[in-house]
Amino acid sequence: MADLVGLAEAIAAHVHDGDTVALEGFTHLIPFAAGNEIIRQGRRDLTLVRMTPDIVYDRLIGAGCARKLVFSWGGNPGVGSLHRMRDAVQNQWPAPLEIEEHSHAGMAVRWQAGASGLPFGILRGYVGTSLPFHTDTIANVTCPFTGEDLMAVPALNPDVGIIHAQQADRAGNVMMWGITGVQKECVLASTRAIVTVEEVVDAFEPHVNGVVLPSWVIDSVCVVPGGAHPSYAAGYSERDNPYYESWDPISRERESFEQWLAEEVMA
Amino acid sequence: MTDPTYTSDDIMTIVAARALEPAAVTFVGIGLPSTAANLARVTTNPDCVLIYESGCIGSKPVRLPSSIGDGVLADNADAVIAVPEIFAYWLQAGRIDIGFLGAAQIDKHANLNTTVIGPYESPKVRLPGAGGAPEIAANCRRVIVTLRHSPRAFVEKVDFITSFGYGNGGDERDKLGLRGGPTDVITDLGVLQPDPVTKELVLTAVHPGVTIEQVQAATGWDLKTSSSIVETAAPTAGEMAALTALRNA
Repeated sequence: MADLVGLAEAIAAHVHDGDTVALEGFTHLIPFAAGNEIIRQGRRDLTLVRMTPDIVYDRLIGAGCARKLVFSWGGNPGVGSLHRMRDAVQNQWPAPLEIEEHSHAGMAVRWQAGASGLPFGILRGYVGTSLPFHTDTIANVTCPFTGEDLMAVPALNPDVGIIHAQQADRAGNVMMWGITGVQKECVLASTRAIVTVEEVVDAFEPHVNGVVLPSWVIDSVCVVPGGAHPSYAAGYSERDNPYYESWDPISRERESFEQWLAEEVMA
Repeated sequence: MTDPTYTSDDIMTIVAARALEPAAVTFVGIGLPSTAANLARVTTNPDCVLIYESGCIGSKPVRLPSSIGDGVLADNADAVIAVPEIFAYWLQAGRIDIGFLGAAQIDKHANLNTTVIGPYESPKVRLPGAGGAPEIAANCRRVIVTLRHSPRAFVEKVDFITSFGYGNGGDERDKLGLRGGPTDVITDLGVLQPDPVTKELVLTAVHPGVTIEQVQAATGWDLKTSSSIVETAAPTAGEMAALTALRNA
């Protein structure tokens, strides 16, 4: 049963140094406030898992929280590069960053396998590409029924999965809707799960593509209105596109990033 | 009536929009592919079905989306589904006609690189990576690629194959069991298409005012020219008006 707690308390209880942590959300419902709280609490040596690292991981990487990144597309959507991620990969700043690189299709299959309690998933993917030569979590497998060659990728089972949703009810059940990405799989695949929500309601109403996660698969629910900014929460906020653009100059140089970190996160 | 005031972005977008077949089910990336696909949808191709990897099927955005998960893609969509389903049930299962990709680098045999320039372990430039592209390139009935022409972008061999085109050419793609493959590479200077046998990209169209020599100078391999090369029809006033309206919506 999920506890309704403050975000700082939830992060302190569930995210530890050295953990494998996934903050998911596909452009929509990205748990930015939770990412900032992990930075504030000074976590180190995290393995960060996420299909699209986005600004949320650019921050964590720049702040020195990460040892390794597991991902499939690392850009600033609609803007350009993630400069802190790039600095870590190209120049080992502020720390060396090991990368484990997949495609979206491969990551989605890894999440499904993790949620299903299977050791690996299969797909028709990566064929002919350079990725299998550089990523040792991509391997050939033969279908035992047809003999077809397929690709296998291991399940993702993070220590902690963190997502943002629109609503929780008073029993700690969670509802999200709109573009819901791989968040259901992320929660079900992770050993511990934290969900930040826009608000607590008495009862859920039906929504397009509404997904309900029962309270008993979640450890902590935290009410954090606007906790997805500069991403968005359909029904509550719009994506802050100018912010994504403004991140480019903030993150481009180490000095400007560190100033931002001191003023906006650590202050 | 043609419009002489178009930019290189405009003509790339318009030529790409024209390349979509009627009612094609199209897997769309953000940026120029999305602009082109929506231009087709609001002009000559109202029945084309736009699919975005964020899980939106049949998107009809009222303005151009600024990200792959922009709310306008979900608002009027026929269906919004989970990301694993888009890749497994729709793309992998072969339900998509056209994949629409960009790239940082493309080579002579239409292999695409969006991962690294230079060696993987010590990259000169670290690019965003694969995203949905490898499986889009592998599983659609055909693939349209758009990117700007330059010798750095059009290279003999890509540094990293993020998305497989035709490998080293010939029947290499067929032997790997992949569907389709790139059919059109639309640039700011013209259009390249694979030779039916060797699968080497050859110049099949130049945009108005562009010379073959100009395209060859902007290509990092010895670019061959099709014997039936044509000049692209210039953007019409109607196409330009629709494109402007779409951008300003």
